[in-house]
Amino acid sequence: MTTQERILAVIQKVAQKPIPADPEESLFESGVLDSFALPDMVSALEQEFKMKVPDADLNPRKFDSVARIENYIEVHAA
Amino acid sequence: MAFLQAFGCYVPSRVVGNAELATRLGCEADWILTMSGIVERRYAEPSESVIDLAERAAHDCLNRANVEASKLGMVIVSSGSSPRRFPGPAAETAARLGVPGIPAIDVPMASAGSLFGLAMAAHLAGVYGPILLIAAEKMSAVVEHPPLDRNTAILFGDGAGACLIDPNEGPAKIVDSRLHSDGSFAENLKLEFDQPIHMDGRTVILQASRKVPAVIRELLDPHALPASAIDTFLMHQANQNLIVRIAQALEVAPEKFFSNIARYGNTSSASMLIAATEWSAQSGFKRDTPVVFAGFGAGFHWGALLVVGS
Repeated sequence: MTTQERILAVIQKVAQKPIPADPEESLFESGVLDSFALPDMVSALEQEFKMKVPDADLNPRKFDSVARIENYIEVHAA
Repeated sequence: MAFLQAFGCYVPSRVVGNAELATRLGCEADWILTMSGIVERRYAEPSESVIDLAERAAHDCLNRANVEASKLGMVIVSSGSSPRRFPGPAAETAARLGVPGIPAIDVPMASAGSLFGLAMAAHLAGVYGPILLIAAEKMSAVVEHPPLDRNTAILFGDGAGACLIDPNEGPAKIVDSRLHSDGSFAENLKLEFDQPIHMDGRTVILQASRKVPAVIRELLDPHALPASAIDTFLMHQANQNLIVRIAQALEVAPEKFFSNIARYGNTSSASMLIAATEWSAQSGFKRDTPVVFAGFGAGFHWGALLVVGS
């Protein structure tokens, strides 16, 4: 699986809602994530990619879209 | 370290249910319940001030402790909704209790104020004698500031809680505490004078869901206490969904987290002491049994405090 496919699988598992086809589209504005699904998703991403997101990076904008998540993981995942 | 001797509280009589709020905010009552776990909250009368709420909670606490106000060595008042820049409500509250002249300290921190006040009182009681910590909030005046924001208006209610901290005796001994602050997040939750409250809920919840379990572990680890060994968690009642996530992160049953948010909403710094008052009346401290207090709020400020039944 590609990184993006793994991210989509994580989001699907946490949100259980249809994910926008456009990876740039906001996961919040499209209704996929709400305030409480966000920490669940970040925890699931940490498990999937075996990484730890430091508190300083816990900014919703970094996880607002599939593209932004992919960018973050490419930079920070081992 | 000092002892918790008694709790007390006061909530206004006016009940504001979700249906009433939903009509004004243009949303569904069920949406409010789903997003917050809140069924109703209390609103003070327009003539009722933060100091009025503080005074009533103080009397309730002193009555439960059977202690005269004249025995107090210090008063600490936590409030993030006091309307005046200065003086804060502490000195006037002490004067109303009939103890002008003793030191009275304001803690204008909002939600985490009562937790920080408890931790400070634990250290100060040995020097000043019995300390009455009060947390009083009139959050209705805050959320009613136009324009109405449904994301905040659904959450908050009014009320006050109090705790008497004694240097020598009480049903629970304060064992340890951990406090943290990070002003990097000051803009994410703030209340400017004459402005509506600003809350970036996503950041608040994301940070709180990590920081609160972490500080509880930081508190318990040196005492070789797993979270599962804690009898009860008495937290700031911010949002039921957040409380459940913190319980899950600590791998303990959510039922271990005492909750009354459904009936009072989020009363900011007052909420933890109102919860403690109700919990202590229902079950209370048991000998050698640990209980954890925890809070998180604007600043961000967060922390946790360990007590053991004596």
